[in-house]
Amino acid sequence: MKKYVGLLLIVLLLATGVSMAQDVVLEFQQWWEPELPEGSFRAILDDFEAANPGIKVETISGPYLTTKDQIIASAATGTMADVVGLDGAWVNVLWKQGALHSLSQAMADADYDDSELAAQIQLAGETYMIPIANFIYPVFVNLDLLEAAGIDPPTTRAEFAAAAMALTDPDNNVYGWAQPLSLEQPNGIQNDTMSWLWASGGSMLDDMGQPHLAGNEALAETLEFLKGLHDAGVVAPGAFSMKENEKVEEFVNGRVAMIINTLAHFTLIRERNPDLNFDITALPAAEGYDGPRGLPYASWGIGISSNTEHKAEAWKLIDFLTSVDGNSKLTSIANAFPGNVNATPDFIQTDPLFMTAFEIFQEGFLANEFTGLPAAEELMRQFDEPFQFYLEGEMELDEFLEIAQEEWEDIFS
Amino acid sequence: MVTSAQSQVAETPNVRWEQRKRKLLPYGYLSPTLILLAALTIVPIVTVFLYSLVDNVIVNPNPPEFVGLDNYEEVLTHRKFRGALSNTIYFSLVSVVAHFFIGLSFALMLNSRLLGANVKAVFRVIYILPWVFTASIIAILWRLLLNPHGVVNFVLLELGLVEELQEFLSDRRLALNAVTFINIWSGYPFYLVSFLAGLQGIPDDLYEAGRVDGGNAWQLFLNITLPQLKPIIISLALLDFIWTIHQFTLIWMTTGGGPMRSTEVLSTYTYKAAFSSHEYSIASTIAMVILGICTFVAIFYVRSQRMVDE
Repeated sequence: MKKYVGLLLIVLLLATGVSMAQDVVLEFQQWWEPELPEGSFRAILDDFEAANPGIKVETISGPYLTTKDQIIASAATGTMADVVGLDGAWVNVLWKQGALHSLSQAMADADYDDSELAAQIQLAGETYMIPIANFIYPVFVNLDLLEAAGIDPPTTRAEFAAAAMALTDPDNNVYGWAQPLSLEQPNGIQNDTMSWLWASGGSMLDDMGQPHLAGNEALAETLEFLKGLHDAGVVAPGAFSMKENEKVEEFVNGRVAMIINTLAHFTLIRERNPDLNFDITALPAAEGYDGPRGLPYASWGIGISSNTEHKAEAWKLIDFLTSVDGNSKLTSIANAFPGNVNATPDFIQTDPLFMTAFEIFQEGFLANEFTGLPAAEELMRQFDEPFQFYLEGEMELDEFLEIAQEEWEDIFS
Repeated sequence: MVTSAQSQVAETPNVRWEQRKRKLLPYGYLSPTLILLAALTIVPIVTVFLYSLVDNVIVNPNPPEFVGLDNYEEVLTHRKFRGALSNTIYFSLVSVVAHFFIGLSFALMLNSRLLGANVKAVFRVIYILPWVFTASIIAILWRLLLNPHGVVNFVLLELGLVEELQEFLSDRRLALNAVTFINIWSGYPFYLVSFLAGLQGIPDDLYEAGRVDGGNAWQLFLNITLPQLKPIIISLALLDFIWTIHQFTLIWMTTGGGPMRSTEVLSTYTYKAAFSSHEYSIASTIAMVILGICTFVAIFYVRSQRMVDE
């Protein structure tokens, strides 16, 4: 009897070994898994594995900044994971290193129809990143403060400035708006500064995709508007060293009435202050602008390593995550808007705030000109530094924009 | 029968081998340390130096191009570098001087016979507390304390010392002093502990002799305490200066070098060049300049140590 059991075990072992030898194991490095409910991301990948026998996905997960550093370091040493989660701000540097495989090529090889994709991040005419989950940045408003002041959520810049003035009460430490401009995390330039320009259809780049800061009238008007808010004292103090999380904290504690903020913070805000009565609205536009509002956004993008030996299998994973079914599931658990135009995350039906956000999303267009630019974070920082001088009144607007233009051109070149 | 000449011929190579072995033996014992030293110090320094001589590395798919000292010229003539250097010198010098005075004052207090043992024990714990925290915890703590709505502003307003909220970390005129203050707070316990050990090692006979000669407390301090502590003072000051030049976490997490570059120091400037601009050759060049400054200070440190040994 023992003989037969032993024989059976050997046969099973060999069979497993043969099966494992045939499996392609894809390494998938991203920062998403820790940000999602435990086990939910793995469940989606299990669905993919069930639909694609012979392909296994091994996740390498970590916090955002660690993932960024590891991906850039592994790109330099040629050891990048087969599939990587990407932020638009990293794409250019990875592309320059030749670390990313062309997704245009992968799509062509798989005979894929890309008409369902909401966006593709392209460099030199080729796609290198596909955003699969999008987090838009509308304006969050404290309804209690607005109602107390008898104000409706603002829709234009003038209304916003008037509302901020009416809501500011320094004696009670309440301010109309917060603009984080920390140089450590300069994303306030993207989310809380340039977003005003994009919302009114403006651009910080010219037709050739080069910096267009100096001599840009729409930008100058936007910056003058923002300086006006600072000069009027309606911006929460400490702006020059404030970080994004502190901005949210000020809003959660009722010390700031309006902020531009990501939808990803919905749950956080509700957890931190369940009594906070807030709503969201589209970013106010410049007077006279009636076109679609540009919506600043951050994405969970995805790409393929140029070093991987399993490009076809890697594309299958991307295909699954951007499919109507896969993308709906992922964006549902992430509270994000889909990368597939036909996908519908289920939270839209269950939460009225998300329904409002989805309407804003559908009426506007995704706008983040920093995505795909070289050293995007450094561009923000180089803009931030003279911007602070301008806000302090120590530099004229033209001089500030000339300096920023020069710095940006230097980075672009 | 073997002749003496034949025996000499046979023995000579053995003797030589033995002599050679005896000479090599110390190097054999040293080899683990030498290998570690090469792997952990010399190789990285040489690599960074070589990086500083080429156009760009790591993120550049093309083979790097040799540019000689161009990077050094670019860095040393850049206004931002000069600003960062000047801030670094101010930050380091003020920190070292303040560490010295605070550390020595507290050490003298804890060494005093005027206080009871229990009181000293309590103060020892309180004074040593900043040393327990890591730089990131200190940064978060002081960001909260110095926040416009933080405790410091509340106390200052309540006491009537200021008329409006102070933006300690966001105001260009205050930020460098604010981060220097935080660094002073976090660094003085090292001086305190070292000075206390030094004070406890000064023989009482010297003070007794001084008193017999009619010296008052100030004269005893000037002529006995300070000269006895001199070797510790020099070593601490030089080491602290080198460590403070390297301070990164504290500044990065409190101000990120801002506002308006007012707290930009060499370490934050290097970090931005490497991990934000991805200009690793420029970052390597700045790192080599910092290494040069630290080496210059280290030479004085080694000399002072030699003098102590002699």
